[in-house]
Amino acid sequence: MSPARPVLEVLESGAVHDRASARAFVDEHIAPRANGFERDGRIPEELLERMGAAGLWAPFLPRESGGADMDMVTLGEVHEEVGRGCSSVRSLLTVHTMLSWALRRWGSDAQRERWESELARGTTLGAFCLSEPGAGSDAAGIASTAVESGGGWTLNGTKKWITNGQRADLYLVFARTAGSIGAFLVPRDTPGVQVCPIPEILGTRASMLAEVTFRDVRLGPESLLGPSGFTAGMVLTGTLDLGRYSVATGSVGIIQACLEACAAYTNQREVGGSALRNLQLIQAKVSDMVTDVRAARLLCHEAGRLKDARDSTTIMATWVAKYFASTRAATHASEAVQIHGANGCGPDYPVARLYRDSKVMEIIEGSNEIQRVTIAGEAYREMKL
Amino acid sequence: MAENVKDQILGFLESRFPDVEIPETEDIFQLGFVNSLFAMELVMFIEKTFGVTIPNDELRLDNFRTVKSMAELVDRRTALAETAEV
Repeated sequence: MSPARPVLEVLESGAVHDRASARAFVDEHIAPRANGFERDGRIPEELLERMGAAGLWAPFLPRESGGADMDMVTLGEVHEEVGRGCSSVRSLLTVHTMLSWALRRWGSDAQRERWESELARGTTLGAFCLSEPGAGSDAAGIASTAVESGGGWTLNGTKKWITNGQRADLYLVFARTAGSIGAFLVPRDTPGVQVCPIPEILGTRASMLAEVTFRDVRLGPESLLGPSGFTAGMVLTGTLDLGRYSVATGSVGIIQACLEACAAYTNQREVGGSALRNLQLIQAKVSDMVTDVRAARLLCHEAGRLKDARDSTTIMATWVAKYFASTRAATHASEAVQIHGANGCGPDYPVARLYRDSKVMEIIEGSNEIQRVTIAGEAYREMKL
Repeated sequence: MAENVKDQILGFLESRFPDVEIPETEDIFQLGFVNSLFAMELVMFIEKTFGVTIPNDELRLDNFRTVKSMAELVDRRTALAETAEV
């Protein structure tokens, strides 16, 4: 048996640095295998390593840390392409991105020195621990606690629906402190950390979800990420905003995947001696996919542009992008199954997986109902009403 | 302290809370509408508008309590940035 190809060789020949290179990587290594990932309920280690070699994990980190100084618009395009191939893989990127960005934005020099390079290379994988059995993205409902004692912290609580919780090496855990919500960097191998896989999820079945329990976990003072006091919640707000951006772009990828699958299928599938593509009802569905994927992509581009400009209105732009892209993804994934008929209900085509994954997009990083409440509130405020 | 720094901060606050009149020494935390989202927007606004970076150790309640204290923070960070450039 020949030895495995060295990862550095892959890096030299296939680093992802823009949409086109991301698309090529996804078409070669992810999209053709995505149904298998879903069936297995996991992403193989070989792909995780290959993604690291291609610089996919955190390319927005600075070059001196092993990143590529990638801007947010391009990062969104890369996440869209990965989402087009497999939402489970994209969701791993999302939570890793959230932790890596929070470290970059809020971390101390010592914290960045310790983790940033490993996060950039993917030799340490991150996960985002906010949701609990009794509270989703509702920070006010957090029951986990971090008590300051003995010059450090004692962490207790249970986090649920943790994407990549099964595999991650480093958790970003949000817990209630004496006066606020604190963010803590918790290595998986810390005594008192227990990981329990969550199988048989509706969608993103290969995202390696877990319930993670922290029982009297002792942490040093250096584990607290970011400021304490009134701005501590900013770490959560900022991190969720970036997660929402990634989910929005991944949802665009789902619509694009639906479009490509439906175009290919209706081009070759015949009914009554004519290709499905000649039916006007099919054309209507395809045209709606084309229109919505372009609209959703533009909304994401605007949110990314505002992030690059460090403009606070990016938060609103990201809500709108995530709401629109995820709802349209769910609609078009449903239509994609319909277009494929019985073939759309089985594992021989990607659309059943896209359908399952798209529903998850309407829920994660803040449900769409919450998004709409927030968007409407912002609209009234903008109109000074 | 440049008056237009205060004016711009006040303008931002008024755009977020049009129904509230905010004197420059009013404690905005006493008004009851500060949350983590607003804090994030406020810090992003200050950093972008005045071209400064606010490090973690300056993200203290007292620095954001009033328009006056925020303007003083901007002055302090601007002076530090200018010193670093010399």
